[in-house]
Amino acid sequence: MTLENIKSEMEANVPGCVLEIVGNPSPSGQHSLRIDPAHAVAIATFLRDAEHLRFDYCSNVTGIDWPGKEISEKVKAKKLVDGAEQEVEEIRKTQTIGHLEVVYHLYSMEKKHGPVILRMRTEDRAEGVHLPSLTHVWRSADFQEREIFDLYGVIFDGHPDLRRILMWDGFQDHPMRKDYVEPDDYEYEPTAHDQVLERARQHRTVMGAQ
Amino acid sequence: MDEHLKTELRKQGIVATTLQELYNWGRKNSLWPLNFGLACCAIEMIAASMARYDMARFGAEVFRPSPRQADLMIVAGTVTKKMAPQVVRLYNQMAEPKYVISMGACAISGGPFKQGYNVLKGIDRYIPVDVYIPGCPPRPEALIDALMTLQKLIDKQSLTGADRPRHLQAEAPSEFIVPRFGAHDLEPPQNPEVWDAPLVNISLAGTDDAGKH
Amino acid sequence: MIAATEPVRILSKSPTDDGEGQFLEVSMGPQHPSTHGVFRMDVVLDGERIVKLKPVFGYLHRNHEKIAENETYLGSMPYTDRLDYFCSLTNNWAYALAVEKLAGIQVPERAEYIRIITAELTRFQNHAALIGFLTQDMGASGTPLMYAFRERETILDLFESLTGARMMCNYMRFGGCRVDLPAGWLDHAKQFAATLPRFLDEFERLLATNEILMARTQGVGVLSKEFAVNAGVTGPILRASGVNYDLRKVDKYGIYDRFAFKIPLGEHGDTYDRYMVRLLEMRESLNILNQALKDIPDGPIVDPKTKIRGFKPKPGEAYGRIEAPKGELGFYLISDGTPNPYRYRVRSSCMMNLTVLEELCIGRNVADVVVILGSIDIVMGEVDR
Ligand code: SF4
Repeated sequence: MTLENIKSEMEANVPGCVLEIVGNPSPSGQHSLRIDPAHAVAIATFLRDAEHLRFDYCSNVTGIDWPGKEISEKVKAKKLVDGAEQEVEEIRKTQTIGHLEVVYHLYSMEKKHGPVILRMRTEDRAEGVHLPSLTHVWRSADFQEREIFDLYGVIFDGHPDLRRILMWDGFQDHPMRKDYVEPDDYEYEPTAHDQVLERARQHRTVMGAQ
Repeated sequence: MDEHLKTELRKQGIVATTLQELYNWGRKNSLWPLNFGLACCAIEMIAASMARYDMARFGAEVFRPSPRQADLMIVAGTVTKKMAPQVVRLYNQMAEPKYVISMGACAISGGPFKQGYNVLKGIDRYIPVDVYIPGCPPRPEALIDALMTLQKLIDKQSLTGADRPRHLQAEAPSEFIVPRFGAHDLEPPQNPEVWDAPLVNISLAGTDDAGKH
Repeated sequence: MIAATEPVRILSKSPTDDGEGQFLEVSMGPQHPSTHGVFRMDVVLDGERIVKLKPVFGYLHRNHEKIAENETYLGSMPYTDRLDYFCSLTNNWAYALAVEKLAGIQVPERAEYIRIITAELTRFQNHAALIGFLTQDMGASGTPLMYAFRERETILDLFESLTGARMMCNYMRFGGCRVDLPAGWLDHAKQFAATLPRFLDEFERLLATNEILMARTQGVGVLSKEFAVNAGVTGPILRASGVNYDLRKVDKYGIYDRFAFKIPLGEHGDTYDRYMVRLLEMRESLNILNQALKDIPDGPIVDPKTKIRGFKPKPGEAYGRIEAPKGELGFYLISDGTPNPYRYRVRSSCMMNLTVLEELCIGRNVADVVVILGSIDIVMGEVDR
């Protein structure tokens, strides 16, 4: 069964859902399916329950941070140069806002096939962005979604027990985000090399020690 | 007493000793460790207490589950920031005299996980450590060696005088600050009474002069 | 702000409670002799009976994933050793497999055999040690664990002569293994494998029909088939509930399809079945081991085309998984074409298996929690990563 078949079947069975196949250029050939958060629960339930699909086992739930990037592209623009209209090349910079992504790897224990990979995106990377929780479809998503909430700060709507799991309760940051800044505790470096040495040096400059 | 005379007497079946010697001899040969493993190194600690390495030969096989009954804390493994308060609290709950062996690179300095945001860069930031064992993980033989080093340390302690051990000084502290969980890090990030960042001249790192300043 | 400053708290059953029949909240762990590492359970008790149990992790959260994002692909290999520190070689394999999928690397035949030999030895020592710990938790202090560690030490000797380290082997490479078997290693391994049936018989005779063990484990902590699948439980625990799902048969990764072996299945899904499935799996491991030791061919141990230094897979992603001794261990890698992975995720078998703890324990006594937890087989290094 190909991903295209699954996609068209889902489109037939879950009215209104927006799906997109995300290609994977690597030799693994594990392509994935981007689903829209609004229909995520319906899609997941369909995948789990459909007689010939039976994706009853959600193996892995991953959070990914895609911070906004500055994209510079060359554009041709018409401009008035010395009174005459000329075509000049300009570099236009656009700033994307970035997003957080959650990836579900599904297998079927009954039919022994898989994986089907689902991806969901948030709108942006703001504090407290929302996505629907799939915990009620697959219980195995429960703790993994909690982990993503802890480390990435995605709030899963409908999750029964969304608390921090790996860090302590009063902790405020989301350390797996790419822009997380660690507390500076590199005052002493016994085996200094590479990045660690670099960090220790920075600490010295910040703290003004010799 | 003269060592020579002592051995001569012992040949005659007379044991001459001092209170201090007897006291240290008793303590050093019954170090009961706390039954407490943190990570990978703890497996080597268990292996050291099993048949092949047999820590019982050194009187240290009685792993006590309660800190109240233990003399020795073997910090075997990575101390995370989430775990550090508990480790310090366990240390505070142990009765004097108490000793700490910091086993493995992680317990010494964070080891391979030094770059981690949740990893404490060495347990000696909060509690005093008596013996360090490098290695990742140190072999069971290394743990046994650390134990023997500790035994030698205990043997050298004198009961009187200014350099008498901590548990015989009434005013010396036996409990240390338990760090609190803050919004970004532990508070305080280290206990300045116990730990003073060694001054390593970073610009010389990698050369033999790195320790000088 | 420290969670659970008081280890024991009394909660009244209802606001109008007259003080009789109160619930007790107990915090078991993180330092507890039976929690197999730094793991805490917040338990609410009605007398001896468990009403609620919330697992609390994170005491060994060593930021493996974050560190790996700043490491080269090869640089993460030693870190995988420290995930499930009982089974470093299977961890290596899972990671190598994921990278091989990501970059499309082939593995030479001899390397596949070496991988299987080391993986099955790893499985053997893991199960033996686990059974030792489980019975230790039940009060059989010493003997079974001593026996298990005696065999484990011999296996570690084999690992040491092959890889240079007892526990942290750091042995597999993308496209093969790091070094070839030293001279005489195969003979040693064969000799050792020949002694294992005797050990297994002894180990089984020691306990399998022991009255206390049966009373403490049969019917305790029953995990139903449907719930196990839905909760993502894998490995011997899943199979003890009667689900026939072993990645060595399903995915046939490596060259597992060349070996004849059976998958032991349980019927009741209770602690005794979990114990028995592991005992039987040890026999099957031995079976695979003997076949592999017999058939191993000569040849290269690493694909000569793979680059070790300056390894940069093309952009893309891959999820590779193997049947580790504790269940499905998977690595999900995203490459953006740089020498470091963009995202590196460990799908931990222990963590997923641990999530069903509450359901297994509710309604049982406190003493059963220790046994059930022991039969789940967790290693905190992999749970918290
Ligand atoms: S020093 Fe190495 S073996 Fe010991 S706890 Fe740290 S990582 Fe594990």
